[in-house]
Amino acid sequence: MEKVFGRPKSLLAVRTHYCPGCGHGIIHRLLAEVMDELGIRERTVGVAPVGCSVLIYNYIDCDMYEAAHGRAPAIATGCKRVHPELTVFTYQGDGDLAAIGTAEVVHAAARGEQITTIFVNNAVYGMTGGQMAPTTLVGQKTTTSPFGRSAKHSGYPIRMSELLATLEGAAYIARVSVHTPKHILQAKKAIKKAFETQIKGLGFSLVEVLSQCPTIWGLSSKESLDWVEKKMMPYYPLGEFKVPKEEKV
Amino acid sequence: MEKRFMTGNEAIAEAAVQAGCRYFFGYPITPQSELPEYLARRLPEVGGCFLQAESEIAAIYMVFGAAGAGARVLTSSSSPGISLKQEGISYIAGAWLPCVIVNIMRGGPGLGGIQPSQSDYFQATKGGGHGDYRLVVLAPSTVQEAVNLTMEAFDLADKYRTPVMILGDGYLGQMMEPVEFKKRKQQSLPPKDWTLTGAKGRPRRIIKTLYLQPEILEQRNLTLNRRYQEIIKDEIRAETYLTEDAEVIIAAFGTVARIAKSAIRILREKGIKAGLVRPITLFPFPYQTFAQISDKIKKILVVEMNLGQMVEDVKLGVCGKAEVFFYGRTGGMVPSYDEIVVEVEKIVKEP
Amino acid sequence: MKESIKKPFYTDVLMAGFGGQGLMFIGKLLAFTAMKEKKNVTWIPSYGPEMRGGKANCTVVISDEEIASPVITSPHALIMMNNPSLEAFESMLKSGGVLIWNASLITKQIKRKNITAIPVRANELAAQVGGEKAANMVMLGAYIAYTGVLAKEAVVKALKEFLGAKKSHFFSVNVRAFEKGMECVANIR
Repeated sequence: MEKVFGRPKSLLAVRTHYCPGCGHGIIHRLLAEVMDELGIRERTVGVAPVGCSVLIYNYIDCDMYEAAHGRAPAIATGCKRVHPELTVFTYQGDGDLAAIGTAEVVHAAARGEQITTIFVNNAVYGMTGGQMAPTTLVGQKTTTSPFGRSAKHSGYPIRMSELLATLEGAAYIARVSVHTPKHILQAKKAIKKAFETQIKGLGFSLVEVLSQCPTIWGLSSKESLDWVEKKMMPYYPLGEFKVPKEEKV
Repeated sequence: MEKRFMTGNEAIAEAAVQAGCRYFFGYPITPQSELPEYLARRLPEVGGCFLQAESEIAAIYMVFGAAGAGARVLTSSSSPGISLKQEGISYIAGAWLPCVIVNIMRGGPGLGGIQPSQSDYFQATKGGGHGDYRLVVLAPSTVQEAVNLTMEAFDLADKYRTPVMILGDGYLGQMMEPVEFKKRKQQSLPPKDWTLTGAKGRPRRIIKTLYLQPEILEQRNLTLNRRYQEIIKDEIRAETYLTEDAEVIIAAFGTVARIAKSAIRILREKGIKAGLVRPITLFPFPYQTFAQISDKIKKILVVEMNLGQMVEDVKLGVCGKAEVFFYGRTGGMVPSYDEIVVEVEKIVKEP
Repeated sequence: MKESIKKPFYTDVLMAGFGGQGLMFIGKLLAFTAMKEKKNVTWIPSYGPEMRGGKANCTVVISDEEIASPVITSPHALIMMNNPSLEAFESMLKSGGVLIWNASLITKQIKRKNITAIPVRANELAAQVGGEKAANMVMLGAYIAYTGVLAKEAVVKALKEFLGAKKSHFFSVNVRAFEKGMECVANIR
């Protein structure tokens, strides 16, 4: 009998440490599927962030670095400059990429660094227990914005995709979500496109993935999916913000 | 071999290239900017890559990435920039990656000044970043020695899988002297069987520093420590100058040691038998040299371009067997040989 | 006792002027020439933003022996291009040393008595041979003629190599200025 669905080869057969309902597992799987489909597992090097997904190297079957908080794009740059033939990606959360690592990602994009970044935005710091992130929505309660994020006090959440799309060196920038099967399929397409952008040498590519964090949000799994749709998507619209020039033609 | 007339900064850069370094990541800062400027032209000639990073922090993590990918890689900066790199240096040490870091020191704290200083001695030799690690620290006192030690630094880094620091001051970077680039003997170095090159036909590799179980982290740190013990056993270097008949010893490193040599020549003309001990490796520190010398010489003057840092290590070496005096200038001021002569005359007169 | 028969050669010189007057250049050229003549040399500059405005200075040490300190507190010679430099460095000169000063620009009185002061109208002399900018080379010529540290031919040969192909068009004016400086000291003597 033909097997129509199974574990991607690039995904290790181990149980993850993620909470029930977390989006990381889905995003890892999409990443692994794309690596399989492009046949790049053996020539891919990944860079793990600091955050919930620091242990991604226990789940994805390729060479990996573990970065310091926010520094993944710099490490990826060092690796890629030594081995331009490899496919190099970073996997980063919102605290990692949009707060402490803002400079690194902006300049990697500005240089048109031939790397791919998977940016998981769940609007909170997960691993450290639910503090306010640079992407936390106005009014959203976290342990460090207990009365809800005040724009007057803490400013506004950053739309990283839109910001990065203004840079010449950025070739492919998209925002996707993984809260419904349909959105998951779209997310995979974007991730694949991002890797293809790198393989073709067109420049920096990044996919921002809106992801649910039921544990920290204090919601059920089902409620957290609705929260992505109703609260996050109005502020963080999905779509492609920049596509490689060759595709525009 | 024809000698070349070069600044210390340029000579260190060329030495790195000749040692097989093909990657440089850095950020401009006075007084070391001639080093990256030189490599921006030189590395493309040899198929290498020079990249100016957005910050010292990014630069040191580019070094992390390139070292993990198996390359010989260099970064350079001066004191405030080296402070910024400390986080990354800790990670590089913790991940057991080899690289060479050049610090052409200027006065601090804070933005300080741009004139020569040695006030990063503690930072270089006692940690700098967080965690249980050490750097191998080499302190050249001439441009030629800077060349030789830079070449050697890459071998030491690969041999022990550790970051190695070349610690010089602003004068060493800016000064010009004739230099020769002699090919170094091929060293037998351990194979780099840990580099990230894509997991083709082998199990995947991970370069990391996170070990949540303290038992495992302790074991890793003990392994690191065994390496440091080997380094202490095999790599200590110090120069002694006119110590045989000396009644008083000056201890100094880098540029100050050269100034001290001039002072010693003047003192000897005046009939005071002074000698010099110059640590070349600051970690590992030549404690034993000081232990031995203090068996017979009872007065030691430590001279530094800071307010007393290496003097603490000298005291550890001497272990109470001799009197240890200190003379230092700070903030970019350089002690003169005349000042050193006066200090030595003072301590020799003391009963 | 051999040392007392022939002391190994050693000298040092500090030169200073406005940034752009070419003091760094003649300092490097002097050191480079001495290197070509198999001497040990060091060249150490003042560095940083001060160079652009006020006084740029450098110190050259030339020796048969290994050079200990490249930082010199009391140099054997001074080459001073302007008033601020003279004010800053005159007192440092070793007793019995030589002070070569640019009489075209320096208006201050020389205070030191126990030294030899040699005025050189460097800017005028340089202008005579076709370029006031070569005043630095006039000063170097005067220094070489007075001290005899290096042969004229050695300096000229090194200058050619030092300028390289890119700046070779400056060669002849620089040589003429250098010769003017040498002549000027010969005339004084």
